[in-house]
Order: sequence, then C-alpha cells, then structure tokens
Amino acid sequence: MSEQNAKPLSEFIPDVPETTGFNKVVLELGVANHPGVMSHICNLFARRAFNVEGILCMPVGSGDTSRIWLLVFEDQRLEKMIRQVEKLEDVRYVERHAGDHPVFGRLDEFFQ
Amino acid sequence: MQMTGADLIVKLLERQGTSTIAGVPGGAALPMYDALSKSETIHHVLCRHEQGAGFIAQGMARVSGRPEVCLASSGPGATNLVTAIADAKLDSIPIIALTGQVPLSMIGTDAFQEVDTYGMTIPITKHNFLVRSAKDLLEVIPAAFRIAMSDRPGPVLVDVPKDVQNQMVSFEAYPDVVVPDAAPTFDIAAVEEAAKMIEAAERPVLYLGGGVIHSGAAAMAVTLAEQASLPTTMTLMALGAMPMDHPLAIGMLGMHGARYTNYVLEEADLLICVGARFDDRAIGKTAEFCPNAKIIHIDIDRSELHKVKDAHVAIAGDVGQVLSELLPRVKPQLRKRWLSHVESLKGRFPLAMPGIEDPRSPYGLIHAVANCLDDSAIITSDVGQHQMWVAQAYPFRRARQWLNSGGLGTMGFGFPAAIGAALAAPDRTVVCFSGDGSLKMNIQEMATAAQENVNVKIILMNNQSLGLVHQQQNLFYGKRIMASRYERPTDFLKIAEGFGMRAVDLDPSPNPRATLAEALHTPGPCLIHATIDPNEFVYPMVPPGAANSEMIG
Repeated sequence: MSEQNAKPLSEFIPDVPETTGFNKVVLELGVANHPGVMSHICNLFARRAFNVEGILCMPVGSGDTSRIWLLVFEDQRLEKMIRQVEKLEDVRYVERHAGDHPVFGRLDEFFQ
Repeated sequence: MQMTGADLIVKLLERQGTSTIAGVPGGAALPMYDALSKSETIHHVLCRHEQGAGFIAQGMARVSGRPEVCLASSGPGATNLVTAIADAKLDSIPIIALTGQVPLSMIGTDAFQEVDTYGMTIPITKHNFLVRSAKDLLEVIPAAFRIAMSDRPGPVLVDVPKDVQNQMVSFEAYPDVVVPDAAPTFDIAAVEEAAKMIEAAERPVLYLGGGVIHSGAAAMAVTLAEQASLPTTMTLMALGAMPMDHPLAIGMLGMHGARYTNYVLEEADLLICVGARFDDRAIGKTAEFCPNAKIIHIDIDRSELHKVKDAHVAIAGDVGQVLSELLPRVKPQLRKRWLSHVESLKGRFPLAMPGIEDPRSPYGLIHAVANCLDDSAIITSDVGQHQMWVAQAYPFRRARQWLNSGGLGTMGFGFPAAIGAALAAPDRTVVCFSGDGSLKMNIQEMATAAQENVNVKIILMNNQSLGLVHQQQNLFYGKRIMASRYERPTDFLKIAEGFGMRAVDLDPSPNPRATLAEALHTPGPCLIHATIDPNEFVYPMVPPGAANSEMIG
C-alpha cells in the first residue's frame, strides 16, 4: 500500500472531511453472506464521506458467513462509525487491528 | 404443507397478529393481493397513494406499539413508500413494508416498473430483504417482525419478486411467532454511579425522549422525577410522557420551547437524558447546550451514546429496565431551592400564548379543541407552525396520545397517520391538526377516511401559506417572501365533500366553540376549517444554528 502521508488526507483528496487523520486502521468484520451485505456496509461509509482505502471480502467456512477486511484512515469519527457498523443486522462482530496488519500488506504487488 | 409464496406471506402475517394492512395493489403485487383475498382475518385498507399507506401503517404502529404492515407494488409503488419508511426510521417506528418486485430473471434489465427497491431503502430502513426463494419467507417474515420491534424499533422492508410470490413451497411446520429480542444487558455499576450523580447534583434536569414512549417507561420516568425532585423537559417525540400540567414538567425544549425551559437547561449541573438523542432542533448549538452540566445518557441504541455530546455516564439498555434498576437506588430528595428557582424562571419567562381566549387564533383554537376532548383522544399533527403551536399548547397527559413526524418532519404525515390511529383504536376520537400546506400533501386519503368511516377530525389551520417557511423568510431573509404564499385560495370544504367527508367551517360560525364541539362529537370523518392570520408566528424561536439561549420573540 502507499506509504503513509505526512499531511492529513483532506489536503490530498477533495471532499474528505478535516477530521480524517493519516494513521491507518484495519477493521475485521464478520458478516452474514448474502448479495446485499457489501452494499449495506459500503453505504454506511460512503454516506459519511468516510474514506475506505481497501476492501477484501471472502466467504468463510460453509459459506453462511463472510469476513470483510477494511483498511481505513484513523478518524475522530472512527469509534462512532464502528458502533454504527455493529448495529447493522448482518454484522456479527467488528474487530479493530493496527494499520500494519498483514492482510493488506501482501496485496501490494497487485497494485503496482 | 404446500402453498405459494404469496399465501405463505399472508399466513405468516396472520400468525404474527396482523389484522389490518394498508396498501395499493399493482402488477408485481398481484399474487399477494390474491392471497389476501382468501384471508378471513386481515382487513385491507385501500389507500389512494402508497405514501398514505405507509403513514397509515405508522399511525397504527405509533398507537399499538407493535409492527404494522403496508403493502405496495414494484417501481413507483415502492418509490412512493420511501418517504413514509424514512420517516419511520428517524422516529424509530416499527413498520413492515412489503413490496412486489419484477420476477427474479428480469431484475437488472430495466423491466417495466422495475426499481432497485432493496438498494434504495438500505439507508432508510433498520434492515431490508430481497427474497430470492419462497422458502426463505419462512425465515424472512418472522425476522422482519423481530427486527422491527427489537431494541430500538424501526422499519423493515421485504421486497418479493413476483415469481417468488407464485413459487410453491413445501414445509413441515410454520415458524414460531416471534417476540422482541431480550434487551441488551447493562452494567449495574454505571446505574449506581448515575444514582450517586443524581444525589450529588444541585440543579439536575431530566430530559425525556421518544425512547421513553417506545419502552413503555413513561410512568417510571415520572416516578424518578418525583422521587429525586427533577424538573423534567420532554422532546417533541416524548410529549405526554409526563403530563404537561405536572408540577415538575417544564415543557418542550429546543427551537420552539418556552424561554424558561431553555434557561433552566442552561443552568443545569446535571442532565439525565433518557431515550433521547440530542437532536439539533432540541439542543441548538451543541457546544452551548447545558454548558455546565454533567451528562447521564440512557439509551437502548449504543451508537447514540457519545454521538453528539460526550456522556459522563452512558448506559446502553432498555430505558424501562434501566429506570427500574435506578429507581430503588435514588434517594428521595426535596430540592426546594432548585425547584423554587425553576418556578421563578417559569414565572418570569413563561410561554406566551397570545389569543388563548379567542378560538379564531391558533392557541385559542388548540385550547378550544382540548376543552372538547378528554385524555383518551389521540392527537396527530402535520408539520409546520400548527405542529409547534400544538406541541407548545396542547395539554398532553399520556404516552402515545401525541403522534407527529419528529425526525424527518414530513408534511403530509398527520392525516394518514390519524387514519391509522383510528383504525388501531376505533373507540377513540382522533384529531389531526394540519395546515393548508401539509394537508394538500396527502389530501387524497380523504377518500380512504370516508371509505373506512374512521373517527378522524381534521382541524385545518388555513393561512394560505407555507407558514413556517413564510416565518423564516420574514425573520431571516429580509422579508423576501418567495414561494411561501399560495396566491389562489383552495376551497377545502368542497374538496372534503367531494371525497365524501363531512366539512364544517368555523369562519362564518357565530359561535365557533359550539360548532367545533358539535363537529368533534359527531362520529365519522370531518374536516373542520379555520382561517388563521398568516402573520401569526411561532415564538419563541431559536434561529437555526444558534444556541438555545439566543431565542427571539
């Protein structure tokens, strides 16, 4: 992934609120696996102009559930955001990991 | 057992206790309508517009407290429902919206009357479903009820393609009738901390929101106020939780609250927020709301805690359950100094209600209506000046007496919601206060009211304008009146009569009080028309974006 910026994201990308910082956070979501679930989650972030840098989603186990990995920028609103995500009916759990979690690291070569 | 998806839907609704459905049929909903024709227990109310159906379901749900159902076809049927669904989301009202959809194989082809109902309703529902197989209905329909009524209630939409409605499904047994999920458990230590803060506070204020009504906790909230001598303010959604004439009631807070109410909050050293969410119309400028107060926030929705104001003690739980733990821990106190100070603020800065003796003025008309009714009546309102006047001046005395569109502020809400209320509570008189702007937005439901012969009285305060817009243009836009006056008068009496409703005009009546009483006490739907002065403004008013202490008027 791109190296971390020295300035807040809002200076580089238009329409990103000033509350956005430049430290990255990885969120792990356990969700019900059906065609609408990505839409529910992405809508929530998009509506609040909360920038999602990366998304990974694959079914787990028998396929009844999926795991979604989100790479986001640390933001004053992140805790509120997580509580909103947890409220979604299809979301079973949300876990927060450090931004250097390896799940996205190995993808770098596909984005050169 | 074997039956079609549509028959299964109707059976599951019946088992869940649904006895009335409001809807409008259309191509993609026809199998469901065919199934309804075979139901002996469900009464279908044919509405004249799907938005009316959505608000009728809301009116029923706001009175009964249980999920109620509306039904529409695909495409425009579904888009017409959207406003009523969004309104239910913002006010946490449990409704189930059932929509027909084009057949599965045609989804995504721009088929006739196809719209992405599922995608469109994601942000305005608590949850939604697109049913891809009839057997899924065995899970989806009960889940829709469970989700709508559990925790913080809200609307659930179920979109059912026409071929899924027609598909045969075999199953062993019906799923169980669902009940609400158990409310989240909460930390008793936090309740104890809250009790200590209440005991230690010198100038506490209790701030009640719609969650108190949804939770059925109004009586407990009043007990808490009495036990700890807490002056109590209510949001627009909570009016009636504590009787307005209770000695501890300090009225509605916020943009059109009385001066003394906002001044009391300004001085509070502890704010106990129960089932409310610090809405901008209630608190004004966030940083200046209760500047000296610590905050205890109790709400079933964890995402509301610390959302607008950071709470010192935050408890995520059903407000009724939390209050029942809190009550035995709160020591009885008589706060003579604080209460007498509140009383003196009330004496110095009361709510002015000019014209209250004159039934041809807004406040006077509201009081004249109240004088004809007892507490069993249900009062709904549309959105605008009349809504604020009623909120300020009507003597609400019980929970679920007052139904209005608080969060979304939808003009056109009041009348169909009143029809729904009358369907849910046929023994009660239902009065809808409306304005000429709002009433026109769902005026077609007069035909529905006449058809169902519901006991709904519309009090139409006609100022031939969009009153609150007119007021804001006068106050904040240099009196440049733009698009807020209706140039041509509308003959509402003729319209009502044309739809088959009785109509009464207070204007030419030599004794408007007597005319009003006769109209209110005669069963059946009736429009009661009264002209009011377009230059009557709602005061006090906090300018949008200002602090609550900066009221004008």
